[in-house]
Amino acid sequence: MNANIIQARPDFAAIAQWIPHGSSVLDLGCGDGSLLRYLRETREVKGYGVEISDANIAACIANNVNVIQNDLESGLAVFENAAFDFVILSQTLQATRHTEALMKEILRVGREGIVSFPNFGYWKNRLQVLRGNMPISRDMPYQWYDTPNVHLCTLHDFEMLCATHQVEILARHVMSGLCTVRVLPNWRGSSAVYRFKREAA
Amino acid sequence: MNSSVGIVSAQRAIFAAPFTCKSGAVLAGFELVYETYGSLNAAKSNAILICHALSGHHHVAGYYADEPKNIGWWDNMIGPGKPIDTNHFFVIGLNNLGGCHGSTGPSSLNPATGKPYGAGFPVVTVEDWVATQAMLADYLGVQQFAAIIGGSLGGMQAMQWALAQPERVRHVLAIASAPHLSAQNIAFNDVARNAILTDPDFHGGDYYQHQVVPTRGLRLARMLGHITYLSDDAMADKFGRELRHGKLNYSYDIEFQIESYLRYQGDKFAAYFDANTYLLMTKALDYFDPAREFAGNLNKAFAQAAARFLVVSFTTDWRFAPERSRELVRALLHNKRDVSYAEIASQHGHDAFLMEDAQYLAVMRNYLNNIAQECAA
Repeated sequence: MNANIIQARPDFAAIAQWIPHGSSVLDLGCGDGSLLRYLRETREVKGYGVEISDANIAACIANNVNVIQNDLESGLAVFENAAFDFVILSQTLQATRHTEALMKEILRVGREGIVSFPNFGYWKNRLQVLRGNMPISRDMPYQWYDTPNVHLCTLHDFEMLCATHQVEILARHVMSGLCTVRVLPNWRGSSAVYRFKREAA
Repeated sequence: MNSSVGIVSAQRAIFAAPFTCKSGAVLAGFELVYETYGSLNAAKSNAILICHALSGHHHVAGYYADEPKNIGWWDNMIGPGKPIDTNHFFVIGLNNLGGCHGSTGPSSLNPATGKPYGAGFPVVTVEDWVATQAMLADYLGVQQFAAIIGGSLGGMQAMQWALAQPERVRHVLAIASAPHLSAQNIAFNDVARNAILTDPDFHGGDYYQHQVVPTRGLRLARMLGHITYLSDDAMADKFGRELRHGKLNYSYDIEFQIESYLRYQGDKFAAYFDANTYLLMTKALDYFDPAREFAGNLNKAFAQAAARFLVVSFTTDWRFAPERSRELVRALLHNKRDVSYAEIASQHGHDAFLMEDAQYLAVMRNYLNNIAQECAA
């Protein structure tokens, strides 16, 4: 089952590589709980998810994953400061409305943050824009009129947000599908995973 | 697939030894009526206790041979193929100590006097209920419950189990509940109690000897309670400003449909429920506050809990609002306990925990499926 999940969600393996065994993890926008289940089975993490959708709450419970029904956009008040080793936001950042506030909440609740998102700067996306259309891809499979994505960004954009918000990037893993991208990542990467923490004051 | 457990019958357990209540009062002995559904497995690991709320009792599912229309109060949740699946679980429902459905309570005969206890029955607490439920569990040979489940005041008992008997419960399902009542909640309860206490037929709680029942007080108490169990929206939907006779009569008789409904509910309730039981149930609600002995720190109170929790609330429940469930969730998260929290979108206010709702049933079913698998493993 785990092999199938990695095929479907290559960012899961990228995220898992940074998470030591037995860590505590909060997964924001955890969907059906697949990542938490994967991390429990491969990393023995103590995990909780946050979800808003009714169907996903029921699915997480079916996956035997702890899940708290809560709207990310209204903050993470139910969680205490530094309650988790890692707070994960996988493929959700671009769909959040209060993205800046959420980044702050991630670093309040977690000692480190891990975020994955589709790279708007991927060459195929740029090509579609040059041709005059909003890009549609495996990582952004929506029409402009039905997309949940409201805050799409490139790798450069995300790194600028970190630089201006006292966020220290600890690691970056850029992918094109299942392949790791090392050269010209902001062109060749279709998605990326970042690991970061608050800069020491 | 959604079938009934069928014909059930109430049973009685007798506890002859003196029982000291939290208040210090001593009962010479007591009896509890209970029902069970499904069967206890060989490992005795599949027992589920259902804790009832203010007006509930031991008849939780199925029906009686001589009363086929008397269906258990949570029959939509419990049965073969239902979320609390009696093909997998041994389910116990009881009437709590102080109740009026067969367990020893204020209307029972006090063996010392040969008269009903009346005002002499001690004010029992959630802690007392859990202690006596544990005695029933011993009697039935259940050392550890797979789950203890309750809504509202029943949820408080389930929580208390996790705190008082952490080694005896693996999962707690606290539904539409709260770790303590708010001042507003206590205020509602006090108005309800005052309706009963000031009824001329109350006779200081010893109305049994006078062959009367404080019906007016009990009816008012229930009417008030009922308003708080429904949401504004649900009431507007169900009754609106609809008039019973289509026109205004300029009188104080029943005119609006909501008045008719509330009086009907009040009368129905007053016909079978004991006023003294109502008083002590509301007191048990008011007193429950596990944080109290930890200087109000709920986090410290829940450090004792070991069970995994499912917490469920309903969006329009203003008597036990979602925020109150989140207080419980926060305390469990603080202590790094396993917890899932579902906030069910419902129109039906506090009453929603007894109603059929696809999302609510799916959450319960999925959670209980996992427990059934643990029991089978």
